[in-house]
Amino acid sequence: MNKEFEPKILGILCNWCSYMASDLAGTSRSQYPPNIRVVRVMCSGRIEPQLILWAFQQGADGVLVGGCNPGDCHYQEGNYKALRRVTLLKTMLPQFGIEPERLRLEWICASCAEEMRKTVEEFTNTLCRLGPLKVQIPQIIPVTGKAVVEYVQT
Amino acid sequence: MSKPKVAFYWCASCGGCEEAVVDLADAILGVVDAVDIVFWPVAMDFKREDVEALKDGELAAGFVNGAIRTSEQEEMAHLMRRKSQALIAFGSCSHTGGIPGLANLYTREDILKRVYIENPSIVNPNHILPQEKSVETEGTLRLPAFKDDVRTLDQTVEVDYYLPGCPPPVNLIVNAVTALVEGKLPPKGSVLAPDVALCSECERNATKPEKLSMKDVKRPHEIIIDGENCLLAQGVICLGPATRSGCGAACLNANMPCTGCMGATSGALDYGAKALSAMASLLDSNDAEEIKSMTAKIVDPAGTFYRYSLPASFLHRRVGRPG
Repeated sequence: MNKEFEPKILGILCNWCSYMASDLAGTSRSQYPPNIRVVRVMCSGRIEPQLILWAFQQGADGVLVGGCNPGDCHYQEGNYKALRRVTLLKTMLPQFGIEPERLRLEWICASCAEEMRKTVEEFTNTLCRLGPLKVQIPQIIPVTGKAVVEYVQT
Repeated sequence: MSKPKVAFYWCASCGGCEEAVVDLADAILGVVDAVDIVFWPVAMDFKREDVEALKDGELAAGFVNGAIRTSEQEEMAHLMRRKSQALIAFGSCSHTGGIPGLANLYTREDILKRVYIENPSIVNPNHILPQEKSVETEGTLRLPAFKDDVRTLDQTVEVDYYLPGCPPPVNLIVNAVTALVEGKLPPKGSVLAPDVALCSECERNATKPEKLSMKDVKRPHEIIIDGENCLLAQGVICLGPATRSGCGAACLNANMPCTGCMGATSGALDYGAKALSAMASLLDSNDAEEIKSMTAKIVDPAGTFYRYSLPASFLHRRVGRPG
């Protein structure tokens, strides 16, 4: 395991269950690695694959998607939608050289602070083992619409 | 008054985009009447030197098709940029990377090895690979550098307009050239095509069930696709819902699913992720195992969803391990 490497995890958690669980873990002073940065969304069904890939591009070593347990979604079916999207996305990640373990989908209920603690701990360990993810992309040359004579060849 | 000058150039492409210009048929006479074509390697005998001899900005428009893979293509992109008032990325490859862009799933070394050593039709016992420079008794030979990745035109130079499609539909080309000649082009950076999803112009849209869902995923060769109904309702991956319209649903009219060559509408930042999202959402199951077996039937997800847009995607290419 790489001791010096501190993985960055983006947690995208649903308002009603997973986020409540992480909140509860905080108020009950349960300790888990500070590697996770949490973004709250109203429902895991709102989490588009675009957001997950964007997170990887922007330097996340892992993404945790958290929703309500099957049958418990506040909006009836949002978590199933998340399940389908994450399942399909995980089949594609290896083609990009990204280990599917870097994307984790968990159902964590509002009172499951301990489960949240364990999940983040485990995930951090997994990512320490996998090492950093380095996505390098070329920048798009912005359109300035300047006169051509001012155009500078690079 | 002299006619506006235009030039066409091709980079990493198949030649289909040149074909699309020829497909203008009668309309090309109008184009030739309205503009002077001063450079078009596929059809006319002008050379790079002729373009270099032009004043900067002398071309009213430069149409560049094909993705950028080699140093020569990069140089030509810069040259076309310098000489053109409006540089237009013509077709999927220069717009979003296109089919050649799928090579970004492999490293440069993988590709050279596959093509020049492992390919069953190759006899190359000494494992000779193309070199940028090779010294022979007759002199030194040079080849353009084969870069590490495939890039879009706008990852190489500033692009003013995009004409999407593989190849761009004739009516969009005519509209673009007309707008150019009349000086009625939209704001720079625009994609010169409608900004709604393909389903809006698909005749099968009327047959779409109220709640569209897929019980099973089938590839086009596995079933006989009926010519009337929405392909998604028939279980075939059709990327129409995630794809920009403007092609008149040409593939659908030929009884084949949309594969997404027109790219995303302005509402999406990453075409493939959006297409993947749309298809996943349609899978008709709430059971983890069943969903797994359904998604396993999409055999090449990256090639399915990023068929024309891998270099323009968030991940751009296969991720290299650092160190």
